[in-house]
Amino acid sequence: MLEPFQYEFFVRGLLAATMAGGLCGLIGVYVVLRRMAYIGHGLSHAVFGGAVVSYVMSLNFFVGASIWGFLSALLITLTTRKRTIGADAAIGIITTASFALGIALISRYKTFTRSFDAALFGNILGVSTGDLVAIAFVTVAAIIVVIVGYKLFLFTAFDADVARVYGVPTAWVEAAFSLILAATIVVSMQVLGVTLIAAAIVIPPISARLLTDSFKRMILLSTGIGAFCGLGGIYISYFIDVSSGATVVLFSAALFVLALVYNSVKGKLPAAKARRPLGKASGLRDK
Amino acid sequence: MPHPTPHKHGREEPLVQLTGLTCGYEGRVALSDVTLTIMPGDFLGLLGPSGSGKTTLLRSILGVVDVYQGQVLVEGISPEKRRPRAGYVPQLETIDWSFPVTVQEAVMMGHTMSNPFLPWHRRSDVRVAAEIMDRLGIGHLAQRHISELSGGQQQRVFLARALVSSPRLLLLDEPTAGVDIKTRDDVMHLLHDLNHQGVAIVMTTHEINAVAAHLPSVVCLNTRVLAAGPPEEVFTPEILKLTYGADMPVIHHDGLTLVAERPHLRARNARRGPLHDPDTSGHAEDHRA
Repeated sequence: MLEPFQYEFFVRGLLAATMAGGLCGLIGVYVVLRRMAYIGHGLSHAVFGGAVVSYVMSLNFFVGASIWGFLSALLITLTTRKRTIGADAAIGIITTASFALGIALISRYKTFTRSFDAALFGNILGVSTGDLVAIAFVTVAAIIVVIVGYKLFLFTAFDADVARVYGVPTAWVEAAFSLILAATIVVSMQVLGVTLIAAAIVIPPISARLLTDSFKRMILLSTGIGAFCGLGGIYISYFIDVSSGATVVLFSAALFVLALVYNSVKGKLPAAKARRPLGKASGLRDK
Repeated sequence: MPHPTPHKHGREEPLVQLTGLTCGYEGRVALSDVTLTIMPGDFLGLLGPSGSGKTTLLRSILGVVDVYQGQVLVEGISPEKRRPRAGYVPQLETIDWSFPVTVQEAVMMGHTMSNPFLPWHRRSDVRVAAEIMDRLGIGHLAQRHISELSGGQQQRVFLARALVSSPRLLLLDEPTAGVDIKTRDDVMHLLHDLNHQGVAIVMTTHEINAVAAHLPSVVCLNTRVLAAGPPEEVFTPEILKLTYGADMPVIHHDGLTLVAERPHLRARNARRGPLHDPDTSGHAEDHRA
């Protein structure tokens, strides 16, 4: 049982996955509650493009990809505010174009195909001490931002429009959120892979939501579930010899099913009973 | 339903002054040339069809619309320069009822900016919120999820959120939409009580007879101000036709003003070809909602 712990690469990977899982779970709460699940998916693809560009221009990977990701995230949050444009379509264009740029560059310069395999699907063997430090740094920063901005983030996530009326600097809150989200994706890429990050951002908070009605408990639970899935996923992947990112996501999907079963058995489905037919009643009056 | 007499205005400064205000969103004009004064202790109802700029007028007082012409002054200062001490209650149908917050957490959002960078709330803020929740009769529901309440209780949660900062002005967007008759009367009683305690109230409504006719003063809007004053003066067939684009006979009986709402007439007119369809005259509210 303890056999894998004698390998340094395994311990490093395990630590990285636990932190990345917890980090994605933490940030995922805001992503899910603002109904922007697609943003994680899109953004991870956009960041991939940024990573390739920074590689080609021989920039530092973290700096290049983070700046690229932050700009994409900002662009996406700004587009979602404009209701006149189809936000989902605009996001699809921004992020897939960025992803395509990455692929185009890779096929043009064929020299670095292998390390980008890791970026796409996650490779725990590739986690260096530098990666570990980067993940730890972003995790600590995200925890600080979430604690300091707790009330601001809560109000903005609940109702950004009204929060602005109550004096909350929602533009700054959104910028801070975009920055943390981009950083999360950049540092989690090596462990989870571009294509699987979206699941790590969405599954833990959704599972947590099934277990609680309180915002504070949802944050704690989601972070815990994310970290546990990172830990458990990597541990299992060692024994069954399956890609780390895929194992983490399958493991969290299994946990989600458990949460769903628990929720149904308990007979309280907060999401289902929550929407009262208020809109319908007042909508009729307008006719 | 009490019928309070309009408050006498002394030599007080106006609470809100809109002068020749033209405003909207992203270059689209939603309201034009609005001149309106709100005094401390006023209770004002805003009437008009959907898209007539009712919500925009509320939001202009809060400083969150684009001003193209004219000016807004709240207590003598532009709301963009200093955030007005006003409580805002949005339409219940814009609330995300599946969001994981308890009643207390929702009410405490009203205190967000009193102490923005600490994850917990000041004890005095918690106490104020608890007192207000008790006063509104939702104190015992503090730990419930917001979706577990009745319509009237839900309205009170967001009223409490608006009241925790003890505002002098309360702005409500359709506080009686989508609730049953008893809840509607409860909410209106509550608002009259608050008004008697000195809070100026501005609310939008679609209900002419049940709500607006009982208010001290009303404003008829259709992208501009068509009439303002006590309901018995404002509710004339001419003004109502201008506002809603439909014939609405007005009956005066025993000191009561009753407006006969005949929506089927509008439908018949529409088939013949509308003289004036209010739904196409601006979509500021739709755009926001």
